[in-house]
Amino acid sequence: MAAWTDISGIRQKIADSSAEEVTASYIETIGKSKINGFTTLSDEAINTAREIDTNGHEGPLAGVPIAIKENISTKGLSTTCSSKILQGYVPPYDAHVIERLKAAGAVILGKTNMDEFAMGTSTESSHYGPTFNPWDMDRVPGGSSGGSAAVVAAGEAPVSLGSDTGGSVRCPAAYCGVVGLKPTYGCISRYGLISYANSLEQIGPLATNVADIATIMDVVAGYDKRDSTSINRENTYSDALKDDVKGMKIGVPEEYFGEGIDEKVEKAAWDAIGKYEDMGATYEKVSMPHTKYALASYYIIAMSEASSNLARFDGTRYGYRVDGDNWHVMASKTRAEGFGDEVKRRILLGTYALSAGYHDKYYLKALKVRTLVKQDFDKALANVDVLMGPTMPAPAFKIGEKIDDPLSLYLADVNTVPINLAGVPSISVPCGLADGMPVGLQIIGKHFDENTIIKAAYSFEQNTDHNKARPPEVA
Amino acid sequence: MITKEEVEHVGWLARIEIDAKESDAYAEKLNSVLGYFGQLDEVDTEGVEPTYHVADIVNVFRKDEVTGSMPQEEVLANTEHKQEGNFKSPKIM
Amino acid sequence: MVYENPDGVRIGLEVHVQLNKLNTKLFCGCSTNYHDSEPNTHTCPVCLGLPGSLPVINEKAVEFAIKIGLALNCSIVEQTQFHRKNYYYPDLPKGFQTTQYDYPIAGEGKVIIEGEDGEHEVGITRAHMEEDPGRLQHMGSIDRSKGTLINYNRSGMTLIEIVSEPDMRSPKEARRYLDKLRSILDYLDVFDGDLEGAMRVDANVSVHWGERVEVKNISSFKGAERALLYEIMRQKNHIRRGGEIVLETRHFDEARGVTISMRTKEEEHDYRYFPEPDLVPLRVADWVPKVRETLPELPDAKRERFMKEYGLGETHARALTTEIKLANFYEEVASKVDPKDAAVWVSDTLKGELNYRELTIDAFTVKDIVTVIELVTGNKITEQSAVEIIRTVLDDGGKPQEIVEKKGLLKVEDDIVAKAVEEAVAENPDAVADYLGGKEKSLNFLVGKVMQKTKGRADAREAREKVLAKLKE
Repeated sequence: MAAWTDISGIRQKIADSSAEEVTASYIETIGKSKINGFTTLSDEAINTAREIDTNGHEGPLAGVPIAIKENISTKGLSTTCSSKILQGYVPPYDAHVIERLKAAGAVILGKTNMDEFAMGTSTESSHYGPTFNPWDMDRVPGGSSGGSAAVVAAGEAPVSLGSDTGGSVRCPAAYCGVVGLKPTYGCISRYGLISYANSLEQIGPLATNVADIATIMDVVAGYDKRDSTSINRENTYSDALKDDVKGMKIGVPEEYFGEGIDEKVEKAAWDAIGKYEDMGATYEKVSMPHTKYALASYYIIAMSEASSNLARFDGTRYGYRVDGDNWHVMASKTRAEGFGDEVKRRILLGTYALSAGYHDKYYLKALKVRTLVKQDFDKALANVDVLMGPTMPAPAFKIGEKIDDPLSLYLADVNTVPINLAGVPSISVPCGLADGMPVGLQIIGKHFDENTIIKAAYSFEQNTDHNKARPPEVA
Repeated sequence: MITKEEVEHVGWLARIEIDAKESDAYAEKLNSVLGYFGQLDEVDTEGVEPTYHVADIVNVFRKDEVTGSMPQEEVLANTEHKQEGNFKSPKIM
Repeated sequence: MVYENPDGVRIGLEVHVQLNKLNTKLFCGCSTNYHDSEPNTHTCPVCLGLPGSLPVINEKAVEFAIKIGLALNCSIVEQTQFHRKNYYYPDLPKGFQTTQYDYPIAGEGKVIIEGEDGEHEVGITRAHMEEDPGRLQHMGSIDRSKGTLINYNRSGMTLIEIVSEPDMRSPKEARRYLDKLRSILDYLDVFDGDLEGAMRVDANVSVHWGERVEVKNISSFKGAERALLYEIMRQKNHIRRGGEIVLETRHFDEARGVTISMRTKEEEHDYRYFPEPDLVPLRVADWVPKVRETLPELPDAKRERFMKEYGLGETHARALTTEIKLANFYEEVASKVDPKDAAVWVSDTLKGELNYRELTIDAFTVKDIVTVIELVTGNKITEQSAVEIIRTVLDDGGKPQEIVEKKGLLKVEDDIVAKAVEEAVAENPDAVADYLGGKEKSLNFLVGKVMQKTKGRADAREAREKVLAKLKE
């Protein structure tokens, strides 16, 4: 496997050799991959790189290869959400983030594996088969952006885009020992991101280091008139790359160290907070009493929205189709065969939660609890600059361990989903190992205060060695 | 608790064919999740407004200006089921 | 006179109006100008519901909706939000329709129609915005089709659904209500009612104050009247045979002129409405004063004014104010000639000739009709010639003055007529004797001779008077 190279290293290599050589070397590495992180490689990657060599490119990502999650639309390049139902679907248009990446000169290597329709924490439910964790091939890479995290960890791509509905960037970042950011809701246009739960999700970057996260954010974040929930707000993320947390006030929610947390994970997180104290920050414990209800609220909202978002997959216009005597039978059979078990369960639960007689008990109740969870954040963040805790309560689990027990899988998201309910930004950075597997520290900020959490994460990276840990086969 | 019959009804609403054999298994799995969701009953939400959107913005519009459409060929490119420029499906009923 | 409503008929209508005068669809920049185009050529990722696409609201569509609400005397909502109405149908590319739910853009209002017993008020329950589905073409009839062809050009067009109270008491009143709505919308310049699918109607019908039946798929006004007549007859017969009317949805088969029950599993609905997360709320109450300023004088007000200002009778005033273009045309004509003459010639003659040819008022110019009216009122041509000129302009083109010259339609001078009368009397002593002997028909013969001699350019009435005078000498 290839070594980890950051964006500035890649730009140096391009200057020394060529964009084509750099892209070719990544394609070669991917060709030898054992982790099943990529689902589809782009035929255009080499050509794009060659064009950049020939014509030159002034963009901040000129010639920089990037991997894209299966649920972000790429014109002419298969985008299936790792689902059989979208088999063969090739979008006729680019997502907003893809337009921006292309304009910045990035080379799209291909698409990365995910839990089917982003519904999972393990990347096991993919129609393309599971992705393996580069740190331990018996373990899951996390999910749902498991492919995007694993290929970065394995050195198959320097950076990638994922999407985070309830932790889908941060969880695999933590499990694979890389950095992942879930921006504030409205920060990055969702135009072209195939919706799972549209009131909760954001596209987010994954990288081997914090600086690259800021670089990608400078390219992909910003207003898009095609996304009505996109916020018009200027920001330069790389301005935040400063080693300076003196006087920073950290809040530590005790609920994030709750029941069932792995002892070694707990220790790694507290060690990290201790390190921040050494670096000049202060911390206080805070209480976010509705955290324990966030999971149920999150799942009800996500499933309800999903039941509607996924209604368009009926076999009529694109994707998989099973014939039937009439259109309704065709749609029912197509959906029964085209969706995997977990997706079907979530659609059924979401349909049920919105249906007559249950709407108020489930859907409306969940939205009210969402308000309370959001208020917890408003209160906690009123007195501190950032919140910190472990991203995941335990390191990556074994493949197959939880696949038949949806509830236990859901419980793993306990520390990540509240952030999506509140819409605030959060970054996961490596903070050590537990039994040889990476542990992630989650740093949560105020709405649109990405720069503070980027600064905190960057400072941590500068002052610790956790970022130097590599999966066994990666130099 | 969701019954076998309700599972089949919801399956129909969601256009996911569920045969009688499967509906028991579904009911069991869905009930374990619904049981967990039931813990929200403990939360006092009296007087609490629901949060539909986290971003507090209103009135996002576009101008009534034509930005163009896709060529027919591209529109139909993702399906084999087409006829004379139309999508083609089985009869409705 | 009070209308008794002997069968206890109650009709409520849901009218879907397509705002086809907008340049673009409700949520995307596709052109609305698809009516003569190939299928699926006016679509994009948004109105095809492609994965990942997102809607953005057309500002002008909201403005139009408020305008319609105000014209129907409705209250306008403070804040609203689009919802998803979830159901499966192949014309819905997203598997849900984006519509308004608990807060329609326009609330209660009313419309006055010419009812069975004079002015009759029809209550408006609400008017809300929603997107149009695509268009399905059944290969065969809906219940016996071999397959379905789907064209999404229409998908995402802006619809305003105007829901009335069940205040109409006969199919005729329903028709009048529809005509009135169309007239108002025509005035607002928000839609072209002549385009296919511009107005579609669903009806709720009940008799003897019983359970209501929903009749769907009515695609024209004429269809509405027929569907309602059929459905009322069906319900009455059903009750007469001891049956009971149950709440149901029926499909109007326009070709056969009957309604068919749609009670199938597909029709069991639970729409699971919830707010569209991809769109943010609308707070448009402060637009209302500005939009109100753009409201034109509406048909009722214009009719009253025409009666007062031009001294027209109700029938002329009503006929001239149904369509805004005709009303404007009339006013221009009335500014140049006597308004009453203008009313007669525009409303009775010209409009009749246009209707006969299925033409609109655009087919004639103000200048031409003014010329015709001036010629006829100036006694230069006969009324018959005037009609002939109008017909010639419509059928063969040309200017009235040219047609007059080409056809020699100018009335002949008085002395020529007098000479012709003299000759006719002198040359036909038998006919003169017969008339004087009491045979009245002989007069017609003599007048005919005069017309012959003047090659028809004499005014027949005038010629008759002159012959009579000559015979009395």
